[in-house]
Amino acid sequence: MYLNAILVLKGMSLEVPDQKIIALLGSNGAGKTTSLKAISGLLHTEEGEVTDGSIEFADQRIDRMDPEDIVGLGIVQVMEGRRLFEHLTAEENLRIGAYLRHDGSSIKEDIERVYRYFPKLKLLRNKTSGYLSGGEQQMLVMGRAIMAHPKLMLLDEPSLGLAPLMVQEIYEIVKQFNAEEKTSILLVEQNAMAALSIAEYGYVMENGKVVLDGTAEKLKDNEDVREFYMGLSQVGEKKSYREVKHYKRRKRWLG
Amino acid sequence: MGELAGYVITGISLGFIYGLVALGFVLVYKSSRILNFAVGEFLLVGAYVAWTARDAGWPLWATFLATIIAGAILGLLIERIALRPLIGQPILGVIMMTIALSVILRGTVMLIWGAISKVYQPRLFPAEPVQLGDIVIRQEYVWGFVTVAILLILFTYFFRYTTAGLAMRATSEDHQLARGTGIRVKSVFAQSWAICAIVAGVGGIILASITSVTLDLSQVGLKSIAVVLVGGLESIPGAIVAGLIIGIAEGLASGYIDPLVGGGISEVFAFAIAIVSLLIWPYGLFGLRRIERI
Repeated sequence: MYLNAILVLKGMSLEVPDQKIIALLGSNGAGKTTSLKAISGLLHTEEGEVTDGSIEFADQRIDRMDPEDIVGLGIVQVMEGRRLFEHLTAEENLRIGAYLRHDGSSIKEDIERVYRYFPKLKLLRNKTSGYLSGGEQQMLVMGRAIMAHPKLMLLDEPSLGLAPLMVQEIYEIVKQFNAEEKTSILLVEQNAMAALSIAEYGYVMENGKVVLDGTAEKLKDNEDVREFYMGLSQVGEKKSYREVKHYKRRKRWLG
Repeated sequence: MGELAGYVITGISLGFIYGLVALGFVLVYKSSRILNFAVGEFLLVGAYVAWTARDAGWPLWATFLATIIAGAILGLLIERIALRPLIGQPILGVIMMTIALSVILRGTVMLIWGAISKVYQPRLFPAEPVQLGDIVIRQEYVWGFVTVAILLILFTYFFRYTTAGLAMRATSEDHQLARGTGIRVKSVFAQSWAICAIVAGVGGIILASITSVTLDLSQVGLKSIAVVLVGGLESIPGAIVAGLIIGIAEGLASGYIDPLVGGGISEVFAFAIAIVSLLIWPYGLFGLRRIERI
């Protein structure tokens, strides 16, 4: 089975195969978050819509569906900026994640399962979630998504504003979760290095278009990606020459 | 001494009723950010429905049940017909809608039941007062107290332990995020209107059994808005506490100030307290504490 997702922002197509981690890279304003919101239906809550093309999930068109129904199909978006219900406790946030499921006993088991992935959350279960630290909140929003038993998790910038060590920890857990639960993950990141370390395949976006795609290895070696998203460039080159080249490369992408 | 205690107890019972109606107002505001100025008319409808049920000879429990069911239907209908099309529209239009609703409901009540005030026949609660030491309390006050206490326990349980209650609290924080977790925000709005009409209706029965079933009952709606301003727009405990404060103040004012000035002070006391309290605590006693990360 393939979970097909064809996104159109300005003529782009993207596919998330079953059980894989796919990275969607790009700089600010490239349209990464909009792509995720188009899939999860949250675009509708911002008066947005998909005007051309289609988004399909398990052979079903979903681009006209409400976000509530899309969650029911098994697509859960972890929104950027660690959005939680701040006045609810950590555990209440997790219970909300399982809102569409009505089997009380297994919800308890699932909460324990989330605590296995994030042992720290168990200690904080009765704390008001608005007062947790950034890393703890990121764990909590991911835990809330896990509670929904998603078939596809849309993960938006999980590393944003976190310490490098915490980023590493979170990514380890994402990888482990993908391996154990067989959930497909579409990972949006500006931090290309971190994302490509766990993804199998990646897409690079610019101005609402996919300009580059390939396996993680291929992208990691691509000199454009290395320069623009990892800040690495060939050593020994003259600065002026590099800037000319930079300009040409960008030109090529935008065209 | 007995006199003072009597006024205080009267005030507490009244305050619980105000708190109950204010709670309905707060629920609607929390979930959908709508100020429901028709809450007093919801109370009116409840009182009159109960009068009809009683007139038909229904027992006490059936009277309450009929009022609760009528309240639920009224709340759901109004949300669906009048408020849902206004989602996303400017706040002024929504406020005008609830004011229009209050006039329409009042007119409808007058059309159906007439403008003459009535009393519950047979009485809802026994006429013999309860004797507590040297304090004499009317049965209506005791029953009102018990009813509100039961409702408060039910609500606490509902919001803390049930999925529907949790969804309501989540919705009150962030609509987009709530939809992203699968909560149907519109049906949460509908539920909050139903609960608002139910609690207002129950408050109406108790209040009408103390005074009489009359169109003037809807003034409690405005009083409950004063209560909400004192307690904080977003706070359920605030609604109850402020209801008690205003109820007790009103009880004392009617006992000690009214005889001196020839009456009437107790009627405006709630609003005087609201004004003073707004000057000191603009967000209310229990207004939402904003969590801000720095």
